[in-house]
Amino acid sequence: MTDQTKTIEVKQENLPAEQTTERIRDRRVYSPRTDIYETANELVVLMDMPGVDEKSLDIVLEKNILTIKAFPAFLHPENHSLAYAEYGEGDFERSFSLSSEINREGIEASVKLGVLTLRLPKAGAAKPQKISVKAG
Amino acid sequence: MIVRRYAIPNAWDELGRMQRDLDQMMRAFVPDRGRVTPVFPAMNAWTNEDGEIVTAEIPGIDPSAIEISVVNDVLTISGERALPELAEGERYHRRERMNGKFTRSIQLAFPVNVDKVDASYENGVLTIALPRAEADRPRKIAVKNA
Repeated sequence: MTDQTKTIEVKQENLPAEQTTERIRDRRVYSPRTDIYETANELVVLMDMPGVDEKSLDIVLEKNILTIKAFPAFLHPENHSLAYAEYGEGDFERSFSLSSEINREGIEASVKLGVLTLRLPKAGAAKPQKISVKAG
Repeated sequence: MIVRRYAIPNAWDELGRMQRDLDQMMRAFVPDRGRVTPVFPAMNAWTNEDGEIVTAEIPGIDPSAIEISVVNDVLTISGERALPELAEGERYHRRERMNGKFTRSIQLAFPVNVDKVDASYENGVLTIALPRAEADRPRKIAVKNA
């Protein structure tokens, strides 16, 4: 079974521009924790993005680079002061370079309970094909 | 005569510049910089004299499966996050998200009124409001004129 699933490369994209330029928004940027798994027909990307809903997400596919940006809202209770902090408040950003074996038109994204799910269907050629053998 | 030769740089500008420099250095050495949080879920706490608000980042969990308990001034959150089961022939390329059971306890700033603790969950963020126990509130003492 395993050798039927053809590996599709998903590489973390290093953006050299990030190192020389600065963002305009004055907020930290975090790289969201990500799981990626591959099934026979698609590649599934799961990202932990607490505080993010469908309105605060920005997903762009430019050439072969898929960039996910999210701008979560944070609760700042009135008349309270922050006494203890384990997580910082900031945006999420991460990009991946897709191989040509992904069907770009078929990419689907959904966000639920602060987890972004991206479904990247494999293009026809990368899908395992069964060849039936006729008796004869 | 004292002459100030240099303008004193604004301390906040200087700190900001240092932070940017450090960030850049970090990026050079650790390109895959993640959210460095050794614990799950990460929690923040806000206080004032009437109570405490605790927020926890627990994305992708059924809110009814989160257990919250308060004993005196210790808050405990526990639950389980299950990741999708893979069928045969499917496999992970990356696994960075925490999975399995978790339990966290934190000490609150003061004892709370357990009956009035209120919790809500939205977009993967759990928010727990804990009002301060009546017995623990500061009392004003009036000074009488003799």
